[in-house]
Order: sequence, then structure tokens, then C-alpha cells
Amino acid sequence: MVPYEVPDISPQMSFLEVLDVLNERLTLSGEEPIAFDHDCREGICGACGLVINGVAHGPEAATTTCQLHMRSFHDGDQIDVEPWRARPFPVIKDLVVDRSSFDRMIQAGGFISAPTGSAPEANTVPVPKARNDHAFDAAVCIGCGACVAACPNGSAMLFAGAKITHLGLLPQGQPERDSRALSMIAQHDAEGFGACTQIGECTAVCPKSIQLDVISRFDHDVLAALRRGEP
Amino acid sequence: MQLVRPTASRRAAIALRSTVALKAAMAVSGLVMMVYLVVHMYGNLKVFSGQAAFDGYALHLRTIGEPFLPYAGALWVVRVVLLLSVAVHIYAAVTVWRRARGATWGRGGGRYQSRKSPRGVQRTYASFTLRWGGVVIALFIVYHLLHLTSNTIHPGGASESPYVRVVHGFGLWWVVASYTIALLALGLHIRHGLWSALADLGANTSVARRRYLNVAATTTATVIIVGFLMPPFAILFGWVR
Repeated sequence: MVPYEVPDISPQMSFLEVLDVLNERLTLSGEEPIAFDHDCREGICGACGLVINGVAHGPEAATTTCQLHMRSFHDGDQIDVEPWRARPFPVIKDLVVDRSSFDRMIQAGGFISAPTGSAPEANTVPVPKARNDHAFDAAVCIGCGACVAACPNGSAMLFAGAKITHLGLLPQGQPERDSRALSMIAQHDAEGFGACTQIGECTAVCPKSIQLDVISRFDHDVLAALRRGEP
Repeated sequence: MQLVRPTASRRAAIALRSTVALKAAMAVSGLVMMVYLVVHMYGNLKVFSGQAAFDGYALHLRTIGEPFLPYAGALWVVRVVLLLSVAVHIYAAVTVWRRARGATWGRGGGRYQSRKSPRGVQRTYASFTLRWGGVVIALFIVYHLLHLTSNTIHPGGASESPYVRVVHGFGLWWVVASYTIALLALGLHIRHGLWSALADLGANTSVARRRYLNVAATTTATVIIVGFLMPPFAILFGWVR
């Protein structure tokens, strides 16, 4: 790690704005700026992600790095900033990591069968309210990768589980439910992610508060698919 | 890394060797050993009923099913099931551990340079002790079998009566101390392992269920530790002689 001093930080600044200030100074003094990922800066895109003082997305719960403000730190603090660390997330430069292993897991999950062409009447397929809510709680995953960064095993089960849960709880996700679970675990393992040991560090740092039950639902779907046997 | 595109027929074969299947194997073998532990604990508590009850129970374990089964036949069935469970449990644990090490350059949760969060955000102590605790338990079981099953080593004095052997052994403070350390490792192992096993098999379906499963695991671990520690301490303090 390289130490930098960044003066004139206001408590209202976001963490990424501090990096902007630092990079501006580095650029003006002819040095190379620090590379970091960012996009929407409103906590919904999943692009940003830094390990701050050893914790993915920093000290605030349910908060992305871009939504973390300097009021969460003290004046004069030394803050350690590192990129996500896991073999399947190779560092591209400085704080930027390659998360295309997540894209391949989504790709492995495949499609759902839904009628297109003429839009069906909205109430054709009833979905119980509680199921709908639960599916939506999983669907809010933004795929930032904090779960992998925080996991002592470098496992991506929270991410994959969120996708499995989101589709598996809804009627539209049923036709491919078995093949999706089997394909996603095959890709998860092939990418080199570790296995979940139900410790819960992932859900503790998740900016979208994805709960640990999505992993259990993923386990269940893989085992159920194995038990049923494939058509 | 390329996209794995298994054909429909290969998908199940790959999933059978996946981390999820390994964890399920670890969970089921662990649960088998848990059931055995509860029965074992029940047997141990017979020490409070005196020598005749305890030795009678030990003999009964060897004569269950006679004459259909030979002497100690049922016991050997249980032993084979346990040996298989231990083998599956250790194989799965080592395989999963190696994968986790591979994903984290062999450093697990300590792979970040910052030392400001060495214990993670919310990890339990039990979750840290799982792997080494398992090694401690395995070593203890070897010592335990040599002492009280095969009668190879006999701290405190040898005897043909299991009851006398137990009382002799646990009259020594260091035997009780080693037993206590092993039991604490076992308790922590069950505390995280039981919760984890149930979750790995799909039982964790909500936030409330997670809490419930954790309470169940803590309670079971406590009952097992207390149940197993009562006889040795009762003997050490001279309440059972």
C-alpha cells in the first residue's frame, strides 16, 4: 500500500469524491491517478467497490462505497484502501478488478421461458405477495462482488444464490429451475470460487442486505435437481 | 476462464462433484455422527446409576440382536457406519478447504493487507475454530479409543470393568483436562457445524429461520458439552467412585 495525504476533506464528501480530489492533485502534479471503478454514484449500479480498513464497502452497513460519506471517519484518520481480493477477481489496475466471472455465472444461468410477442394480461399468473417480496429482496442484488471480497473462502454463493432465489421463487422461473441451479454451480466452481461455510460475512457487507437464506435456497435447488434427475 | 456449457447429461455429473454436493455430504455425515454422540452421551450418564448398570449397559451394547447377530455384531455395524461418516466428512472438509485456499491465495480472511478488521465484521469464534477444532477432535478420538475402547492405555489403572476404567481414568486431573479441551473443541464444532449443516441442506429459508437454526445449534452444543462433562467432573470431585 502507498500512503497519500488528502487535506481539505469535508464530512459531506463521499468516499469516491475523496479519490477524485486526490486524483486531481496527482494529475496536476504530473503523477498517474489511481484507477478505481465507479459509475452511477447513487448506490444502484454495482460498479464501485473498495475494501476500506479491511471491510468491503467500508464501515457502514448496507452502503456502497459511493454512498459512504466522510462523516463516517474522523479527522486525521489513516484509511486503508484495497481492491476486492479473490482469485476469480484478477486486479486490472490499482483498485479495479475484473468481475467478468460474475457475468459468466449469469450467462450460465441462462434464459427463462416467457411468452413474448403479445404481452400477457398482468394477472394471468398469480404470485403470492410474500413470495413476490422475498423474490424482490433477492433481485435487488447489484452484483458488486462485496460478498466474494468479504468471504474468508472467496465464495460467490451469495451472488449466485440471489439470482437463483429471485427466479426460483417466481412462477416464471420454474421451467428452467433445475438446469439453472446445476449450470450456475458448475460455473461457480469452474471459476475457482470457494465453498460457502455459512459464516455470514457476505451478508454483513452486502450493500443491498441480501440475506443468507439465498445460499440455502441455492443449495436446496442444486440438491433437488440432483434428486429429481434431469429430463 | 471460459463459459462452462455442460450438456444436459453432464450437468448432473458435474453437480455431483460440486462444492454444494460436497457440503451436503459433509452435512449428512456430520448429522450421523451427531446422532451417535447423543446416544453415546446417554450411555455415559449411566455412570450415575452405579457399576452394575454401567457395565451391564456396556455388555448389552455387544449382545444387541443376539442370536440373530453375532456377539458385538450390532456394535460393528454402528462402527462401520461411523468410520464411513468420518471418512466422508474429512474428505469433504479437506476438498472444500483446499478450494477456499485456492480462491484466496492460501490466506482466507487474512488476505487483505489492512489489519484493522482481523476478525471480520460479525464472525463467531466458533467459525474460526472449525477446521483446527476438527483436527483436535480427530486426535482426541484416537486417544479416547485407545483408552476406553481398546484398553491399550489405562491412565489411573487397568481393569476389565469399563466402569472401573472410567473411574480410574477420570480420577486424574490431566485426563479430565484433556477431555474438557476436546469437549470444548467439539462444542464449538457443533455450534457452527450443526447450523451450517442444516443450512447447507436447504433448511435456512428466512431471517427468522436463520436465528432459529442458530439457537438450535447453540442449545444442542451446550447440552452435549454439559452431558459429556458431567461424569468426568463428578468422578474428579469424588461424587462417583
